[in-house]
Amino acid sequence: MKPIETVELTEAQKKARKRRNLAIALALVAMVVIFYVATLTKLGPEILVRPM
Amino acid sequence: MALVEKHSLTDAPEFRVSEAMPGDFLALLKPRVMSLVVFTAFVGLATAPGAIDPVIALIAILAIAVGAGASGALNMWYDADIDAVMSRTAKRPIPAGRVTPDQALAFGIVLSVLAVMTLGLLVDPLAGALLAFTIFFYAVVYTMWLKRSTPQNIVIGGAAGAFPPMIGWAAVTGSVSLESLVLFLIIFLWTPPHFWALALFKSQDYASVGIPMMPNVAGEASTKRQIFGYSLLVAAIVVAPWLIGMTSAVYGVVAIALGAAFIWYAWKVLRMPEADRSMGPAKALFAYSLVYLFAIFAVLLGDVAVGRLMGL
Repeated sequence: MKPIETVELTEAQKKARKRRNLAIALALVAMVVIFYVATLTKLGPEILVRPM
Repeated sequence: MALVEKHSLTDAPEFRVSEAMPGDFLALLKPRVMSLVVFTAFVGLATAPGAIDPVIALIAILAIAVGAGASGALNMWYDADIDAVMSRTAKRPIPAGRVTPDQALAFGIVLSVLAVMTLGLLVDPLAGALLAFTIFFYAVVYTMWLKRSTPQNIVIGGAAGAFPPMIGWAAVTGSVSLESLVLFLIIFLWTPPHFWALALFKSQDYASVGIPMMPNVAGEASTKRQIFGYSLLVAAIVVAPWLIGMTSAVYGVVAIALGAAFIWYAWKVLRMPEADRSMGPAKALFAYSLVYLFAIFAVLLGDVAVGRLMGL
């Protein structure tokens, strides 16, 4: 059976993909930090107040 | 599977693996335009009455910056065809082939949604709504509609660039007021002379791609007169923050002086001979206009800050 044809990335393409992935990861971490800090800032200790 | 067996992947002419670097996506955000947006938005935010937590203020500025960048990416996605022809824009990521149009469109839309959502949810709903409107105005009203259809394109489209201080103001107060309207008007009236000075010495570029900029449609003489007219208007409106009691007389005096210089530069453009193709005065006005806007907002910020420190 013929092997499935796949795309062989060049070194430049692999490097670019790695850099893009890293940038996306950093952006996601930054967003998590921003929303975490903003939640603490806006709610503060009230975050624990949870009326049932 | 059937498709893969019948055709070689690399045979497909449109098949392309991206080599775009993160820096290419950063370039889509028009960082230089963003710096002016960030600065004017910050002045709007800092001069607004009321308190805002520094962390929330930082998030507001970041969201406004990302929103402005996203609208820049959408602009570059739509304008890639004309950007490829004009010398000033030919090296942008899409015409240079480093980023595909689809990538830029997706990038612009995702960032727009994130920026509006963040500003609206974490800072203020009105500020978020204004940011959404600004992105829509720049990407759809200006880029897709006005830019290619009327010489008044940058006059009306200038509103998009004028919104940031109003958004910053709304982030603190949750409202639109006379003061934020004045800040809006300063940038709105500054845009035509700023852009038309550029259009004068880049008119060949705009003509080659059929963009109806004022010099190509109404002629250079008419453009110079209109530049001068708008210069009078902008020099008058920059004094308004003092007149409505937003600042002290110190700002007023500096604004008058800076405005007088603006009029003088515009006058030099008005008196520029038709035969002068080096367009020195137009280039000088363009350069000064950038310094002018930064200076006006910097002095405004300093004046309000000093006033608060002294408890005035």
